[in-house]
Amino acid sequence: MGKYLKTADTDWYKQRLIRVMLCVSGAFFILLIRLFYLQVIQGQELRRLSENNCIRLQSTDAYRGMIFDRNGILLVDNRPSFDLSIILKDAKPVDLTIEKLAKLIEVPVSELMKKIGHNKGISSYKPILLKQDIGRDALAAVEVRKFDLPGIVVDVKPRRHYIKRQSAAHLIGYLSEINSDELKSGKYLECKGGDFIGKFGVEKGFEQFLKGKRGGRQVEVNVMGQVVKVLKTVDALPGQNIYLTIDYILQKKAEALLEDAAGAVVAMDPETGDILVMASSPSFDQNAFVDGMSYKQWESLISNPLRPMENKAVQGEYPPASTFKIVTAIAGLEEGVIDENTTMYCPGYYKYGNRIYRCWRRGGHGSVNIFKALSESCDVFFYQVGQKLGIDRLAFYAKACGLGSATGINLDDEAEGLIPTSAWKKRRTGISWQGGETLSVAIGQGYNLSTPLQMLVLTSALANGGTRYKPLILKSVKTADGDIVIQTKKQVIGMLPASKNTLSIVKKGLREVVNSPKGTGWIAHIKGMDISGKTGTAQVVGRANDSHLSEKDIPDHFKAHAWFVSYAPSVDPQIAVAVFIEHGGHGSSAAAPIAREIIRTYLEKDEYGSQLNAEISKQ
Amino acid sequence: MFDRRFVTYFDWGLLGLTFLIGLIGLVTLYSAVTSATPTPQKTLYFKQMIWYGVGMAGMVFCFLVNYKSLYRWAPAIYVVCILLLIYVLIMGKYGGGARRWLVLGPISIQPSELVKIAVIITLARYYSKFSDTRGFTLRELFTPLILTAIPFILIVKQPDLGTAMVVVLIAGFMTVFVKIERRSLLCIVSACTITGPLVWFLLKGYQKKRILTFINPDRDPLGAGYHIIQSKIAIGSGMIFGKGYLKGTQNALSFLPEQHTDFIFSVLAEEWGFLGSVVILFLFLMLIIWGLNIAYRCRDPFGTILAVGITAMMFWQIFINVGMAMGLMPIVGVTLPFISYGGSSIVSIMICVGLLMSISMRRFLFE
Repeated sequence: MGKYLKTADTDWYKQRLIRVMLCVSGAFFILLIRLFYLQVIQGQELRRLSENNCIRLQSTDAYRGMIFDRNGILLVDNRPSFDLSIILKDAKPVDLTIEKLAKLIEVPVSELMKKIGHNKGISSYKPILLKQDIGRDALAAVEVRKFDLPGIVVDVKPRRHYIKRQSAAHLIGYLSEINSDELKSGKYLECKGGDFIGKFGVEKGFEQFLKGKRGGRQVEVNVMGQVVKVLKTVDALPGQNIYLTIDYILQKKAEALLEDAAGAVVAMDPETGDILVMASSPSFDQNAFVDGMSYKQWESLISNPLRPMENKAVQGEYPPASTFKIVTAIAGLEEGVIDENTTMYCPGYYKYGNRIYRCWRRGGHGSVNIFKALSESCDVFFYQVGQKLGIDRLAFYAKACGLGSATGINLDDEAEGLIPTSAWKKRRTGISWQGGETLSVAIGQGYNLSTPLQMLVLTSALANGGTRYKPLILKSVKTADGDIVIQTKKQVIGMLPASKNTLSIVKKGLREVVNSPKGTGWIAHIKGMDISGKTGTAQVVGRANDSHLSEKDIPDHFKAHAWFVSYAPSVDPQIAVAVFIEHGGHGSSAAAPIAREIIRTYLEKDEYGSQLNAEISKQ
Repeated sequence: MFDRRFVTYFDWGLLGLTFLIGLIGLVTLYSAVTSATPTPQKTLYFKQMIWYGVGMAGMVFCFLVNYKSLYRWAPAIYVVCILLLIYVLIMGKYGGGARRWLVLGPISIQPSELVKIAVIITLARYYSKFSDTRGFTLRELFTPLILTAIPFILIVKQPDLGTAMVVVLIAGFMTVFVKIERRSLLCIVSACTITGPLVWFLLKGYQKKRILTFINPDRDPLGAGYHIIQSKIAIGSGMIFGKGYLKGTQNALSFLPEQHTDFIFSVLAEEWGFLGSVVILFLFLMLIIWGLNIAYRCRDPFGTILAVGITAMMFWQIFINVGMAMGLMPIVGVTLPFISYGGSSIVSIMICVGLLMSISMRRFLFE
């Protein structure tokens, strides 16, 4: 403050400017020294490195996460695939090198040259893929003569391997090469052309967990383009491993039982919603997608009338037939239209208006109450229940039971099924609902459509006392080191629209289906096990046409579809199973035995245990 | 008013130097774009010539105008540039991960380049008004800080870290030039040394990582680290006499990314070797000294500080760009004056030269 403030004048500035000039010159001197260092001192070495683009980047693919079943049985992993590439700039003379190579790996020269021809335009330092997945013999042949094959590079790439071929194919899905639309969409930012991404099933749904992060390295190469030194490495991060809820032992059994039939088997833990089995038949070999299939193979898959690419468990919509009687029964009891003591008489037919509606049992069931109606699947009983309820009340209960809408399982393209209402029909066809149609709906025919999964969730809910759980396919996600990233918990999606009393009545009926010799599901009976269930036989054409023929004489495509839903044990259920066979005939003969065997496999603990140990020790 | 003395005092030397460097720039750019594979990008070369033309027009306009009028117009220029910066953040064309350009028909301009000049003019006005030999106190530095901080933040948001850094460095250069009062300087330095480590502790893990990788590109061997290595190889492989014009192999094989902008010096060094590099460095140094000399001979404070600021801008860009190519500095997108490809870069540099000429040829005017 005491100092007299002097305004800066030109001399003061000039002084400072001299200093600035010196500083600036100093800075340039630093640059000069660095330049000298690089160009004179290191010049020779750097000149050498500049020749032939000595320092290059190579990227390393990440290992995709593995997929296990709930017990740790390995279903999908990666195996090494040896891919042969050529780098044109290094491979001079190209023709000679190709000739030598062709002889070594026993591939025609023309095939190799074709690969090069396609890629002429690309920068000549980029490797051009000649042949994927060369066998170990070819690999050995090439490696031994490496010095004679300039510009030829063998890369080890991890390749997806579906160990249990065709098993749970629809659930697990498959990988395929990313296409240009997907690359442009912005959803796959870290991918480049030639990468494989999940296109179906779990592989697609959980892509973010399964794919790892690619790495890379800076390498020094010699004049032939072969790596002589690795300068720096950025490790690729392996993908995370997925543990599915399915039980391979059961899955294997289900698929063996389905054999060549078209249909589906789904099973669930009624207390948690974990999907234990999801089998759809016919199936397909996922490895074919990864290894590349010919157009012919693809054509045959697509045009197969049994539709192997369809996951019938979640995409197949069929009339639920008598399994729907569970809904009708619940609705009837809840609305007070019937109670446990109500009896009706079934002479084998029911007259409504001026039409005759037949019961499947020509002679009729005689006097039936709700228990007998369920266990012997009396149509006449339920015609009347349905008639008294009316279509809209019935539809209300069906929807509250989860039918007519997706369960929300974490898979693409889940079908919703269809529950008709009078409003729906008016909208759809312009014609009003006819009372007689309610009768058909009440026994699961008519416009009704449901998926095997929907019927399974309903059955599970019934089994556990009324809670509808979301069907889960993912049990946990773990890092390659075993740390848990995600552990799924059960999720409630709704409650059945039924009181405890109603449920116990229905469950008692379902128990008699299997445990009473006159029950339609008696074939599923296992001594010592308490199984409950319901059969269903969905007519494909009107009954009148084939009623004179015996079962085996009906042509296949006119045969009815077979349903069987079940759970066991009846008290404290551990598993619920739904089986559906297209054109299987009767639910009791075609579908019920399959459910029985699956339940047997699961509940016979000793047998199950030994099978499990056998599988695990195989790994 | 046109005065015969304008012609006598016109700085022909500066003009000649500018042409010489510009010519070298065009020649190098031609090499960088023609040998690019797979397709040579010759159009860039012609575009650059057009920009030179535009730049020339700007330069002429600037030296015809009396620089002293900038004193009056400083606030307006500043505000307009800030508004342009804000506008570009909202409406700018998105390219290369940033919003930097404003599209006007067929041309795109980068407001951040203009803002550099605006900041220089504004600071020059402030500093020339209040400067004294004691230096600026903390309180007096508050306004310049704000004036610099606003464009800095706006540019960082684009995000364009390189240009933002240059703005701060220019402002710093000018401030140090007009002297910071001793005690204030002490305060600033000690404040920085204390808050520096504190801020470091407060940063999250991934932010620390980013900064470390930024400072040391070797930590990113597949990205920035790879670029630096290729750039050093290119420069070093030139050795003493260079590989010859159009014969740069690093350049020809496109291992130098961004070779027509960020790494253009590497192209030059590879082809012309140590001798060529020393020549261009020497020419750049001459340019800087010339600018400082103009400041030296100027008789009013505004002109002096303005010239210093303009020279600072050229200095920092050259130093950072060349230093980066040689692996001395982290990689930031800063263009090399006259040589890197870029319309905004060329035009803004030529405007700066025009301003220097304006200052130079009016040094005989007393006011």
